[in-house]
Amino acid sequence: MQVTVKLFASFRTGRAPIELCEYPDGATVADVVADKGIPAGEISIMLVDSCHVNLDRILADGEILAIFPLLGGG
Amino acid sequence: MGRLGTYLTGLAIDGFISGSSQLEAALRFDLTFAEVEAEILELGFWPARYQRNRQSITCEGQLDLLRNTAAVIGCGGLGGYVIEELARLGVGRIVAIDPDVFEEHNLNRQLLATLGNLGEYKVTAAARRVRGINPVVVLVPHRTAFSAENGRELLAGATVVVDGLDNIATRVELIGICGELGIPLVHGAIAGWYGQVATQVTGDGISRLLSCAEAGGRGAETLLGNPPFTPAVVASLQVAEACKAILAQGKTASGRMQTLNRLEMEFEEIRL
Repeated sequence: MQVTVKLFASFRTGRAPIELCEYPDGATVADVVADKGIPAGEISIMLVDSCHVNLDRILADGEILAIFPLLGGG
Repeated sequence: MGRLGTYLTGLAIDGFISGSSQLEAALRFDLTFAEVEAEILELGFWPARYQRNRQSITCEGQLDLLRNTAAVIGCGGLGGYVIEELARLGVGRIVAIDPDVFEEHNLNRQLLATLGNLGEYKVTAAARRVRGINPVVVLVPHRTAFSAENGRELLAGATVVVDGLDNIATRVELIGICGELGIPLVHGAIAGWYGQVATQVTGDGISRLLSCAEAGGRGAETLLGNPPFTPAVVASLQVAEACKAILAQGKTASGRMQTLNRLEMEFEEIRL
């Protein structure tokens, strides 16, 4: 299946900001995160087609996954 | 119209009253600068310092700002700019909360940090700065860290709360306490070229926006630092939100978060 992965802010460093990626059926958000080499402890918001999801969400063909980093500075 | 009103009316020029006339009236009638300012605005005149507020804020709105309180939690990168703008805007009372003193590494971005005040409490510097900008504004300094234990007491009487904290755990506590007290909270956070702003009004908790995908997570600022341009822009957006929350004007970023990418000049909106 194909999933569009959109990365934001610092997650774009060394990675494509938007990419159409191929994953096996049943792949989860956690699988994509691992594939992109993003530490889960640095992730804040994950959206699939604009809805908030968790790492264990199973993805479906054609969905758009957006991942934002956790910001805490002031 | 009372004696003060008659006196002020005689001093108004094209609807404006200068700061020196305002001071003269305060001395003559044994009033505070703020009491005279309230009378000026009630008469429909403008203190001259707010000439450029006038096109965006009504006279009644300016009076509302004078009579309300903003609590600023953290007086560093975000909080310094927030306090500066709230004072220039004319918010009558600012409660400033921060346990820290200025250190050299604050100089790159914290508006209130100078070579001359390294080692000084941030809230003390904030009070001096505000006195030098706008004498009607009372800054109440608290040299303490905001916490779940003291939060309710510190926020009592605040109309709006502005988040200038530097860590996620305390922010989550702040979000909970503001929700519980029913006080609007303007969240802001920064890291490197990136920032985010969201406003919580009663019943639309924004803690989800700060939750981490994994326990023990850390914010990107630990890796990216905080350059000077990001706090300035995020703080300005927060003050605009706080102003709207006080005036019940416009549309706040409630129910959504604006994320800013200054490196690629992009804004994204995330719905709650």
